[in-house]
Amino acid sequence: MKILVGEGSCGIAAGAGKVFSALKKALPENARLEITGCIGMCWLEPIVDIYIGNKLIERLVNVSPKDASLIAQAIKTNDFSVVSDLRISSSERGFYEKQTRIALRNCGVINPENIDDYIKNGGYESLKKVVLAMTAQEVLEEIKLSGLRGRGGAGFPTWFKWNAAKDAVGDERYLICNADEGDPGAFMDRAVIESDPHSLIEGMLIGAFVIGAKEAVVYIRAEYPLAIERLKTAIRQAKQRGFLGKNILGSDFSCLIRIKAGAGAFVCGEETALIESLEGNRGMPRIKPPFPAQSGYWRKPSNINNVETFANVPWILLHGGGKYSALGTEDGKGTKVFALTGKIKRGGLVEIPLGKTLREVIFEIGDGIRDNKKIKAVQLGGPSGGCIPESLFDTVIDYKSLSETGAIMGSGGMVVMDENTCMVNMAKFFLDFTAKESCGKCTHCRIGTKRILEILERITKGEGRLEDIDILKELCFAVKDGSLCGLGQTAPNPVLTTLNYFLDEYEAHIVDKKCPAGECIALRAYEIKPEKCTGCTLCAKKCPVNAISGKVKQTHIINQDLCIKCGECHSVCRFDAVKVR
Amino acid sequence: MFEKSETIDVSLIKDILEQYASQPGSLITILQKAQDIYGYLPEDVIYAISDKTGIPPAKIIGIATFYAQFRFTPIGKYLIMLCEGTACHVNGSKLILKAIHDKLGISDGETSEDGLFSLKTVACLGCCSLSPAMMINGETYGALTPEKVSVILEEIRSKGGD
Repeated sequence: MKILVGEGSCGIAAGAGKVFSALKKALPENARLEITGCIGMCWLEPIVDIYIGNKLIERLVNVSPKDASLIAQAIKTNDFSVVSDLRISSSERGFYEKQTRIALRNCGVINPENIDDYIKNGGYESLKKVVLAMTAQEVLEEIKLSGLRGRGGAGFPTWFKWNAAKDAVGDERYLICNADEGDPGAFMDRAVIESDPHSLIEGMLIGAFVIGAKEAVVYIRAEYPLAIERLKTAIRQAKQRGFLGKNILGSDFSCLIRIKAGAGAFVCGEETALIESLEGNRGMPRIKPPFPAQSGYWRKPSNINNVETFANVPWILLHGGGKYSALGTEDGKGTKVFALTGKIKRGGLVEIPLGKTLREVIFEIGDGIRDNKKIKAVQLGGPSGGCIPESLFDTVIDYKSLSETGAIMGSGGMVVMDENTCMVNMAKFFLDFTAKESCGKCTHCRIGTKRILEILERITKGEGRLEDIDILKELCFAVKDGSLCGLGQTAPNPVLTTLNYFLDEYEAHIVDKKCPAGECIALRAYEIKPEKCTGCTLCAKKCPVNAISGKVKQTHIINQDLCIKCGECHSVCRFDAVKVR
Repeated sequence: MFEKSETIDVSLIKDILEQYASQPGSLITILQKAQDIYGYLPEDVIYAISDKTGIPPAKIIGIATFYAQFRFTPIGKYLIMLCEGTACHVNGSKLILKAIHDKLGISDGETSEDGLFSLKTVACLGCCSLSPAMMINGETYGALTPEKVSVILEEIRSKGGD
C-alpha cells in the first residue's frame, strides 16, 4: 500500500505539508508515505490518495492534520468506512474522469522527486527509442503526424519550428524552454514542472536531438520557487542515470540542460524578448525576421517551445503521432490543458481533447458557477485574449473557433465571471496590466495602451463620454497595427471583445452613470432603508466624512454630496439597513 | 532612487562576481544573487558589479529597473507578495489589499514602520485556484479573506517580534 499526499504549490498552501507530517507521525514507520504533484482538483486540497499497486483505492479530500490518526487506523485495519466523510463524492470524481490526460499524465500520480517513479510509468522510453533507433527526420515526421501545435499561446506547428531550426545554417544551436508563465490566470506550466519535471526534460531532449542542440535552457519564473527546486532535482537525477549529459544512453548525442530564473517581465514570454533577457539585457523584442530559428540565442539557430508542448512530446513518441492526432478537431489536434478559475465551483487544472465546447468544460467539468449566481462570461487567453459571453458557450474549443469569437486559445487560462463582474472594469484590469508591462519599444503600444487605460478609467469613474467608444476602437486598431510583438498586437483584445459583446455595460456607465454589476465604486450610491434603520447611530459614528446625519432612534440619511462611497456604513450596519445601488 | 541608510559590505558578492563576471549574459543572475544577499540592490553593489563586469552602471540600472524583481531600497523582514492576477482580481484581491493596509498601514511598495513587513503587488503567483492568494517569504497563503489576512499577519508579527 502506498499513501500519496498532493504537494504542489496549491496543495502546500492548503496545508498539505502539515497533513504529510501528521500522517508521518501517525503511520507505522514502514508505511510508504510519499509526496506527489498536482492532481488538478485544487478545490479539494489537501488530497490524500491510497494506492494498492497501481490501483487507486481511496481518494480522501479536504484532509486536515487532525484526520491523520483516523486515516492511519483505516490503513492499519484496511477498513476505510471510518474515513468515509473524507471520501471524494462520485460527482466530484467526474471532474477527473471527463478528462483526457496526456501532458498531465503523471501529475498527481508519481512522486516528482523520484526518477524511478517516472521510469516505472514509461518515462525515458521515448528518449531511448529516439536516440538509439531513430533519425532526426523520423522523429520530426512523427511530430508532424501528431499535429502538435505550440501550447504557449501562438499555436504554431511544433514540427515546423523544429524543422526550421534543424535546417538552419550554423554549427551551434540552442533549445530553449519558455517556462516564464506570465499570463495571469494560467498555471499549467508550474503544475507540470512541480508534478512531472522529467516529462519536460525528456521532451526537451527529444527536441534537442531533432534540431541538433547540445545545450538547452529552461527560462523559468522566479515566482515559482518549488518548480525550480524540483526541476533542479530532476536534472541532477537524470544526469546520474545517463539520460542527460555526454553520450546520452551510450549514443553519440550529448546535451546539457540548465535553468535560468526570469526576473519578472511579462513581455519575456515573447520569444525574442526572452532571448534578450537570457543574454542579460532588457527583455525587449527584436525585429523579425530573422526568426530565432535562423538567428536566436547568441545569434545562433534556436528553437523555443512552451512547457506543455514539451510535456506532450514523450507521449507522442511512445504511442505514435497518429494516436495523438486521433484526438481533437481538424484545426486542433490532441489535448490542451486549461486552468479553470474565477467564480467556478470546481476550479483546477483540466486537460481535454480539443473539440469540446466551452459549456462542457465550464458546466460538466467545472460544475458551473458558485453561490447560485448568474454566469456572464469566460475570459480566455489572459491579457492577449478576450471575454466570451454565455451566449457563445457552445463554441468548440480549437484555435480557429476561438479566434473567430475575438478571443484566443492562448496559454489556457479560463477565468469564469458572474453577474457581479463588471466587464468595463475587467477590460481596465487587463489594460492596466499591459500598459505596465509594455516594454516601451513601440510607440503605439507604449502610449496607446496608456491612453486606452485612461479612457477606461474615466468610464469606470462615471466620467465617460459617448465618443469614447469610437475613440477606444480607433486606438485599439492603431495599437494592434503599430506594435512589433504579440504583447502590443493582442493587448487591445480584452477591450475589443467587451465592446463587441458587452456594449450595453459601457453605455450604462457612460449614459446612465451606473455600473450594472455594482463593481465600480465611484458609480455606487449608498442609501439607508427607512423601514430597517433603527437609529442606532453606528453608521454616523463610523462615517469618515460625517456624511450621515440623524437623531438617536430615528432614521438616518446619507448626504450624497459628501459621501465618498467607502462602504463603511454598509459593512458596520447590523440591521441590513444600508442599500447599495 | 537609492536610499543610503547603512554601510554596505560589497565584499559579500566577491564569490558571485568571481564565478559569473566573465560569463557573457550573466548580469541578471548576478543581480538576482546580489539581491538575495542584501535584500535589495544598493548603489555601492551596482558599482562593484560594474567594476568587475565592465558593464557601465547606467546600463546595469537600465536593465535592473526593467524587471519587476529588483528593488533599490531595503525591505522588511517579511515580503508580502500580493497576487493581482485575473482570478484573484475577480475573487476580490482589492479587499485583501485594503485589509493589509488597515492592519499594517502600508501600501504597495512600502515597508511598515517596525521594519517587519514590506508589501508588493505582483501580476500572478500561479495559484489561481486558491485565489485570492499571497506569498510571504516563499510561503503561499490562499483562499484569503480580510479576517484570515489579519490572523496570518498577527501570527507572523508575534513570531518576528522575538
